[in-house]
Amino acid sequence: MSVSEVEETIKRITGHKGVIGLIVVNSEGIPIKTTLDNSTTVQYAGLLHHLTAKARSVVRDIDPQNDLTFLRIRSKKHEIMVAPDKEYLLIVIQSSDSNLAH
Amino acid sequence: MEIVYVYTKKRAEFGRQCHFMDRPAELHVNIMPDETASQNFMSKNPIDFGIQVSKEYSEHEVNTIRFEIENRSINHVEGGWPKDVNPFEPEQTIRYRKKVEKDEAYMNTIVDLGKTMEHVIKQNNAIDIYETYFSEMDQDQVEDLPSAKTINVFRDPNPIKRTANHISWYIDGPKKIAASYCNLEFQKARSEACVDSYIWDVENPNKPELTLKPISPLVCIEFNPKDTHVLVGGCYNGQVCIFDTRKGSQPVEISLIEKSHRDPAYRTLWVQSKTGSEFFSSSTDGQVLWWDYRKLQDPIETLVLDPEKKGDIKNALGAMVLEYEPTMPTKFMIGTEQGQIINCNRRGKSDAEKIAHIYPGHYGPVYSLQRNPFFPKNFLSVGDWTARIWSEEIKDDCIMWTKFHMSYLSDAQWSPVRPGVFFTTKMDGTLDVWDFIFKQNDPTLNIQVCDEPLHCLKVQEHGRLIATGSQSGTITLLELSDNLCTLQRNEKNLVSTMFERETRREKILEARNRELKLKEKEKAGAAHDNAENKEKKDEPVEESGLKEADPIEKAEKDFFKIVEEEKSKRKKKMEDSSNKENQPEQTDESK
Repeated sequence: MSVSEVEETIKRITGHKGVIGLIVVNSEGIPIKTTLDNSTTVQYAGLLHHLTAKARSVVRDIDPQNDLTFLRIRSKKHEIMVAPDKEYLLIVIQSSDSNLAH
Repeated sequence: MEIVYVYTKKRAEFGRQCHFMDRPAELHVNIMPDETASQNFMSKNPIDFGIQVSKEYSEHEVNTIRFEIENRSINHVEGGWPKDVNPFEPEQTIRYRKKVEKDEAYMNTIVDLGKTMEHVIKQNNAIDIYETYFSEMDQDQVEDLPSAKTINVFRDPNPIKRTANHISWYIDGPKKIAASYCNLEFQKARSEACVDSYIWDVENPNKPELTLKPISPLVCIEFNPKDTHVLVGGCYNGQVCIFDTRKGSQPVEISLIEKSHRDPAYRTLWVQSKTGSEFFSSSTDGQVLWWDYRKLQDPIETLVLDPEKKGDIKNALGAMVLEYEPTMPTKFMIGTEQGQIINCNRRGKSDAEKIAHIYPGHYGPVYSLQRNPFFPKNFLSVGDWTARIWSEEIKDDCIMWTKFHMSYLSDAQWSPVRPGVFFTTKMDGTLDVWDFIFKQNDPTLNIQVCDEPLHCLKVQEHGRLIATGSQSGTITLLELSDNLCTLQRNEKNLVSTMFERETRREKILEARNRELKLKEKEKAGAAHDNAENKEKKDEPVEESGLKEADPIEKAEKDFFKIVEEEKSKRKKKMEDSSNKENQPEQTDESK
């Protein structure tokens, strides 16, 4: 696994239609990698880190054997998708307008 | 005493079915009153013993303590960095990020997560499961009944309740309302009563957003349309003061008391000006003063409302309300305490020129005055028991009016979005919504807002929200149903034609009246009958009799002649205005 492979993956994701931004957040809520400006990134990272933690605890409270695998937040303007992992969160923001264009 | 009634029946008839038939009443026993028994009784007057058999109830009320909610939040900006990394040092954070990016676990995770993510993105792009179908289809036009619901109630937090006199909406969207609180009842202004007024957040009825602390209670308050932080208030002692919400509760500017009004400054309104700093105020002392809040030492201009146009303050009419339409920046109107409505022009060089015309108005103080936002030539006024609509062209009478209500009207306002709709508040605590395209003689909607008199109302710019202020300082926020705040098809044209038709009708009546008067004059000769010259048709007829000082017989004859004439005149008018509510005098007569 090399750095270039990671770069490749990120590039591919951001290249998809309607993708506005991508953020990688670590377990402390620190944005590691981002394609957005700093203030937006910090806001998204801080808020979604909390929300994902909460969502995960909800899923686990209901059934301890279960775990959160993906979080989709559908809003008027865009969809925020969060792929959680033990250490990191991958957040992608995709606009809904492009979906409507279909 | 034993009452026994014996009847006989044959054995054979036992158990046989009955045959009922009609027969005259027969007397079986007659018990006559026993006079002697009355001696055993004692008469009692008055009788204080209840003989009604009914259960006794008592009423109890329990009210839970109001739960006050307060919102608190923390703005967490950035953190969570390892101890040795300073988040404000870009070099260190970049280095830390680089280090993480080289981490094997990180790389594995991202590549893994990337796969799932890509899958989802592709899903999203492949099919839009949230697609709206049939978006071009019109929404069903369901004609539901007009209605209104209460959204919020803002109570005066003080133990001594004061009337909410005036409300002003925040200019940028329906977020805040400013309300002035003052007890205006005669000789009720107590010195220990609180003088504060409040700005409320529409969402939070628990606590005012800002408390305004003037030196004397405010009787009116108005947001500046050009600068939403600035408010102007008129005080009970006649001063005007400026508040700036950025600078706290205390007024930032106050006019000098010797240069201010001598009565409560009942209305203050912002004037269209380049700087947005000019406003004018009116008071029952008969003065209108123009101010610039950057220099409140002196008023820029003054106007004395002397109806004889001599500028004598002793004769001046007390101004209750002001009306100013920013699209006609030099014109303004005043509703007086005596009931007249004065149309003014600020351009005039002297006081006399400024007072353009005086309309007869109402039988009592005019409490509200507003031009129609769509047809500024027509204006609405409220006073006594009616709301009246006037046309600038018709100088002597209004063109439309409501019936006389059972209680006083306290305020009125046009809907900002519908030309044919206006709202009135009454002293019985109800709010009326009038839609005169739909119905002329009765309000379309009547809402009992509260059990105490309502004193003011203010419609929000979008026409959907109405704030009403009551006697004990409770502000109720109402939301109207959609059909009351969306422009109906063809409504503007219909309203315009209705105004024109009514104006024409009044014009014809005016001409006819003049003709009749002229004839009367000729007939009566120049010597007497001055009273007939009086224009007002409501002029008490007895007065003419007194003035004449002629023999009683002649006076009586004159009196009945005038009454006859009045009757026929009114009859005509009634026929002409058959689509509208009759004047109350007529209904009285018919009764």
